[in-house]
Amino acid sequence: MKYAFGEFREGLLIAFTAIRANKMRSVLTALGIIIGIVSVTLMGTAIEGLNRAFNKSIAAIGADVLYVQKWPWGGGEDWWKIRNRKDILIQQARAVEKQAEFARSVSPAAGARRQAKYNQKVLENVVIVGTNADFLTTLGVNVEFGRFFTSAEDDGGRPVCAIGSEVAANLFTNENPLGKTIKLGSGNYKIVGVIEKQGSILGMESLDNRAYIPINRFFKNFQSRFGGIQIMVKAISMKDLDEAKEEVRGIMRKARGLHPKQADDFAINQQEMIIQTFNTIGVVIAGVGLFITGLSLFVGGIGIMNIMFVSVTERTKEIGIRMAIGAPRRTILQQFLMESAALCLMGGVIGLMISFPLSLIIDQILPTAMPLSIVAIAILVSLFVGLVSGFLPAFRASRLDPVDALRYE
Amino acid sequence: MDTVIRLNNITKIYHVGSEDVHALQSVSLEIHKNEYVAIMGPSGSGKSTLMNIVGCLDTPTSGLYELNKTNVSEMNDNQLARIRNKEIGFVFQTFNLLARSDVLHNVELPLIYGGVSSSERKKMAREAIGRVGLTERIHHKPNELSGGQRQRVAIARALVTQPSILLADEPTGNLDSKTGDEIMALFDTLQKEGNTIILVTHEEYIAEHTDRIIRLRDGNIESDQAVQNKRVAVTTGKIG
Ligand SMILES: Nc1ncnc2c1ncn2[C@@H]1O[C@H](COP(=O)(O)OP(=O)(O)O)[C@@H](O)[C@H]1O
Ligand SMILES: [Mg+2]
Repeated sequence: MKYAFGEFREGLLIAFTAIRANKMRSVLTALGIIIGIVSVTLMGTAIEGLNRAFNKSIAAIGADVLYVQKWPWGGGEDWWKIRNRKDILIQQARAVEKQAEFARSVSPAAGARRQAKYNQKVLENVVIVGTNADFLTTLGVNVEFGRFFTSAEDDGGRPVCAIGSEVAANLFTNENPLGKTIKLGSGNYKIVGVIEKQGSILGMESLDNRAYIPINRFFKNFQSRFGGIQIMVKAISMKDLDEAKEEVRGIMRKARGLHPKQADDFAINQQEMIIQTFNTIGVVIAGVGLFITGLSLFVGGIGIMNIMFVSVTERTKEIGIRMAIGAPRRTILQQFLMESAALCLMGGVIGLMISFPLSLIIDQILPTAMPLSIVAIAILVSLFVGLVSGFLPAFRASRLDPVDALRYE
Repeated sequence: MDTVIRLNNITKIYHVGSEDVHALQSVSLEIHKNEYVAIMGPSGSGKSTLMNIVGCLDTPTSGLYELNKTNVSEMNDNQLARIRNKEIGFVFQTFNLLARSDVLHNVELPLIYGGVSSSERKKMAREAIGRVGLTERIHHKPNELSGGQRQRVAIARALVTQPSILLADEPTGNLDSKTGDEIMALFDTLQKEGNTIILVTHEEYIAEHTDRIIRLRDGNIESDQAVQNKRVAVTTGKIG
């Protein structure tokens, strides 16, 4: 044990002396490793960030909610064909609402972007959503204070609204918004409630910059009854989702008058599809990242091997001296392996030192943190590359003939 | 007297291209404990080859080599490394110190490979450095020392493991004659203290420090004689 330790320390000492003696050369040699480690850690950080953002925002879509829409998520079909589909209409939503047995609740939704105004304060591009009183159940959303509008208010097409937290915060700084009247587009609406904060979908569209009004009111102020809407169907439970989907499909086909040979002219979208699309994106990012990482580590490894051969040749005499005073071949092998491992490890650490501040920058755009596992992997990978690429040179060093090595000038 | 080295019909053949070079034809000799031996002979006569075999840096093509009654000629690389570490102290013409390490570390090195603990190592190395009179230079690098001082460091490194034999291949070959004399005085002292020493030299006046001169020619022992009028060291072995 003691024996191994003295040698180990000597090996470390030699490695660091050698690296220090050739600082510039060492850093240049380790460049491939540095780039590899930077790319693998940044990729890991980015994927971590995407996952976090995704998991947070995808929750708003609801895993057990079906979205009956004109456009399929994820695309793939002929754009023009879809474009020319007939709109989904409110009667179809009513049909689904009435007939679907596997649905816990059904909400139609139509949207428009308008100005919201209260006293002198103006908020542009607020999304006005026309829906029914079941909206909260369908999407699993809660009211922060006040209430949502009732079915009676919906049926009567009353000018009431529930506003998103962002709208509330922007229009009412020191006032209680409940009971106040705001202008949405050209109509006046009385605020009955404020919806709790929901965040955004994939960091793009805020879900809180919205105002919800009865859909029957929406048809008066923003679009006709024959304008396109979407239908959201919450299944009774997660395990009924597939059956609910088939059922809704049947109801929709009937409501839209399709005969059996015709294909669906609507899409039933669900969270699952986004997850799939997202996973594909994740795989692509990981693939590209791993390719860059692999390539730079490979090139870096070759560079390390090359420089280690140079180092062995330069130090042939030293190897001879060490052998002459009793270093066994194994020790020489170990010494050069440690040197190349130390070189790569240095590259790895420099790589981490570069990518850590970069990960903080990424964090500004996409809330994330460099995963600890990635740091560990980076260290292990650079050690591994060092050992692999150092092996041949180290082996050559250890096989030198002591007399020849001593004679080398 | 104890036999330290026994060589029986040692041959060494180098293959150079299609040619065989018989560096040692058939060498047999015995060296006893505390002997002081010089090996002489013209260039290319096989002196270094013999020293390398005795020092276990090289293995003979055939023949028997016993070191302290153990057969060395059959040992593998690892066993030879161990013998070099424990039993042999080698001093070279070109000193062969590690340029980037200071005196202390150079002298410590055999003990590191010998698995001696750090504190023990430092103690032994300091003592050996003291014996060659370089205590003041303990943290100097080789390039801050004169040739004579470097050779003293090499001798300290050879001594530090308390080996069975000290081997020196032309130890004064790179030194001026005055410095050479000083190194020889050091060897004289070490021999008097009980070490067994074999050294290679070209110079009669160096060889005359020893008790026995073995002359080689074309890989054979030409003569093996006791020294008649032994030269006595003029300077003392310890010079700071
Ligand atoms: N590694 C080697 N390969 C081929 N020939 C060698 C080698 N080492 C020594 N020789 C040859 O062996 C002979 C003895 O060499 P050496 O022992 O070095 O002589 P000396 O030290 O007496 O000058 C010489 O002819 C030399 O050329
Ligand atoms: Mg020679």
